[in-house]
Amino acid sequence: MKRYSLLAAAASVIAMASGAHAQERIKFEFWYGLTGELGEVMAKQCQLFNESQDKYEAVCVGQGGYDKAEQNTIAAYRAKQHPTLVQIYDAGTVNFMLSGAIYPANKFAEDYKIDVDWDAYFPGIANYYATSTGEMWSFPYNSSTAVLYWNKDQWAKIGKSEAPKTWAEFAADLKALKEAGVECGFAFDFDTWMNLEQFSAINGLPIATLDNGYGGLGAEVEFHQTAFADHMNNFKDWMDAGYAQIQTSQVGKNLIQSFADGTCASTTSSIANHGVVGSTKAEGMNWDVAMLPVLEEGKRTNSIVGGASLWIMEGKTPEEYEATAAFVKYVTAPDTGEKYIAENTGYIPVTTAGFELLKSEGFYDKEGYAGREVAIESLTASDVTPLSRGIRLGNFTSIRAEVRAELEAAFTGQKDMETALSDAADRSNQILRRYEQTYRGADLP
Amino acid sequence: MEKRVTFSNTWLAAALILPQMLLVFVFFYWPTGEALYWAFTLERPFGGGNEWVGLYNFEGVFGDPKYWSSVRVSMVFAIAATVLSLVIAVLMALFVDRRLPGHQVYKFTFFLPYALAAPAVGLAFRFIFSPDAGFVSAINQFFPGLWNPALDGFDALLLIILAQAWSLVGYNFIFFLAALQSIPRTMSEAGAMDGAGVMRRMWDLQLPLITPTLFFLVVINITDSFVNSFGIVDITTGGGPARATDLMVYKIYTDGFQGKDYSLAAAQSIVLMVLIVALTFIQFRFIERRVHYT
Repeated sequence: MKRYSLLAAAASVIAMASGAHAQERIKFEFWYGLTGELGEVMAKQCQLFNESQDKYEAVCVGQGGYDKAEQNTIAAYRAKQHPTLVQIYDAGTVNFMLSGAIYPANKFAEDYKIDVDWDAYFPGIANYYATSTGEMWSFPYNSSTAVLYWNKDQWAKIGKSEAPKTWAEFAADLKALKEAGVECGFAFDFDTWMNLEQFSAINGLPIATLDNGYGGLGAEVEFHQTAFADHMNNFKDWMDAGYAQIQTSQVGKNLIQSFADGTCASTTSSIANHGVVGSTKAEGMNWDVAMLPVLEEGKRTNSIVGGASLWIMEGKTPEEYEATAAFVKYVTAPDTGEKYIAENTGYIPVTTAGFELLKSEGFYDKEGYAGREVAIESLTASDVTPLSRGIRLGNFTSIRAEVRAELEAAFTGQKDMETALSDAADRSNQILRRYEQTYRGADLP
Repeated sequence: MEKRVTFSNTWLAAALILPQMLLVFVFFYWPTGEALYWAFTLERPFGGGNEWVGLYNFEGVFGDPKYWSSVRVSMVFAIAATVLSLVIAVLMALFVDRRLPGHQVYKFTFFLPYALAAPAVGLAFRFIFSPDAGFVSAINQFFPGLWNPALDGFDALLLIILAQAWSLVGYNFIFFLAALQSIPRTMSEAGAMDGAGVMRRMWDLQLPLITPTLFFLVVINITDSFVNSFGIVDITTGGGPARATDLMVYKIYTDGFQGKDYSLAAAQSIVLMVLIVALTFIQFRFIERRVHYT
């Protein structure tokens, strides 16, 4: 009760404050999932949009996390109280495609005269979010990919000035680092995005049949039969030999914290954390990012994109859509959109136009931003193949959780890696079959 | 003859209880009914398709060994946290009741933990018990690797049991203290005159006289451990490592809200509800017999 009256009070204050303009301006709601500093960047972008013109007003509401943004949108949609525009993370894409609750981006752009050059998106990004026939149903927004963070000072101790290119070279470096007295050469956790998804894409390994699920809801996982198991066994060997450590926030520090304060000499993480490392690193530490190592030199496919895209929801008035279109135009433009995001966060530009603009302004030569072009290099390392396109599996959040739990079991010695991964695969397939049955009769677009 | 006060006007009576019934209906029976319906269908997140599948969801739940391990973990958690918090609370209440110096301060401070929300408790425990950075990391200085809730399932379970017990101690303490203070002083004094020492008076006089309170608290604590532990698990362990702390209520959250499998979560909620009703029934049926109300 108290909460509602507080909300009502807050709403009336806002209404009074903006009362003068409220009459003429057309409002629409935008829900975003980013939190903390990144959430503030979102809010600021809305404010900039609202100040840039006087016809429309974006009412932007942070939802306290990517998964909360999806949950809340679903709940709101069922109650017919949904926003017009919502930021949904990569793993939520398939739910939204099958929802019947959205206004496909390509159709929206056409109906509301947004001039989008769909070919300008980096193929790795466009392909990830596109339907099986290549149509874009959402606007790629904040995007990242995984890179290797490495401590140049520590690598200098073993006489190297370049990051390892292959996992074999990386293993040799870890051994040398240990011998050179480095306590923790590599920090890792059980996040599947880096260890399974990026690893599989870069090395051209399948995660599931039917082109990782893009071919239909009947896909079955097959990650337990690929080199992923050996890769994880290597991690375990490194941990047992004292070359590498598990770092999670439950242990005390997450990957980025343990890298930035110099505890561990390297880690894998999203390029989005580039700014965080820069601002929290130990005094005087020399570090850089590099593309993730590959299994075989010379055989690198593109890494996949992570992050979120913008979805238009159905069932709103043409006026609201018009306002939304203006906002979408603003936040996807190379200067007011991509450049703003790249400058204020670690996310990368999503189109060649945005990338060229940043390059021409010398963005990638600037202190603190230099190195981020590695992410683009990694995303465009090859033509997009059916296996490096992305992953389109139903209820992928639960599959990630299954893999993580089984990896935990394997790393704590409860079972061997092969058993753990085949258990994870069995359970993942059960999840996929449930999902397939829930959407019986529906076609994956 | 028994005298009863009744309403002669049933319509007025009905009107008076209507608001209450409405609240109960809207916030309890309706959601429960909805969950029951979802448990027998396959509900799509955004609505739309909804197919009757009979017991398919329950087969999925009961056929899953991970679900049974979740039930086992929940049982261990509920019993351990309940026993631990009741024992600590009753000891503190007995000593505060003896009016030791500063007992007014204790009375106030012991109750404070209950005023904290579960996620706040979880966050505090995560910092205190983090193996590398927390206060408890001192243990690892002497015995490397002894304490690591991020990797050791037993440590993780212990951690959430401690957190849950700690957060309930204050609540239990207040009830125990109230019960102890309602025992007439003359009884203790009579015992003392007959030569019973402090410990004997506690064991043979005070504890038997507060069994109704004890029974009430057992029911409340068990129920709370089953349904209210979500915040602690979510912040400290996230159900891990390797599902060692995947309590039933947390599994409902991950399957339903993170996985968006509403039907599977609905089926689990129904099972959890039946389980709690059954547990409460057993407690009233078999344990309450040993409780004497005065």
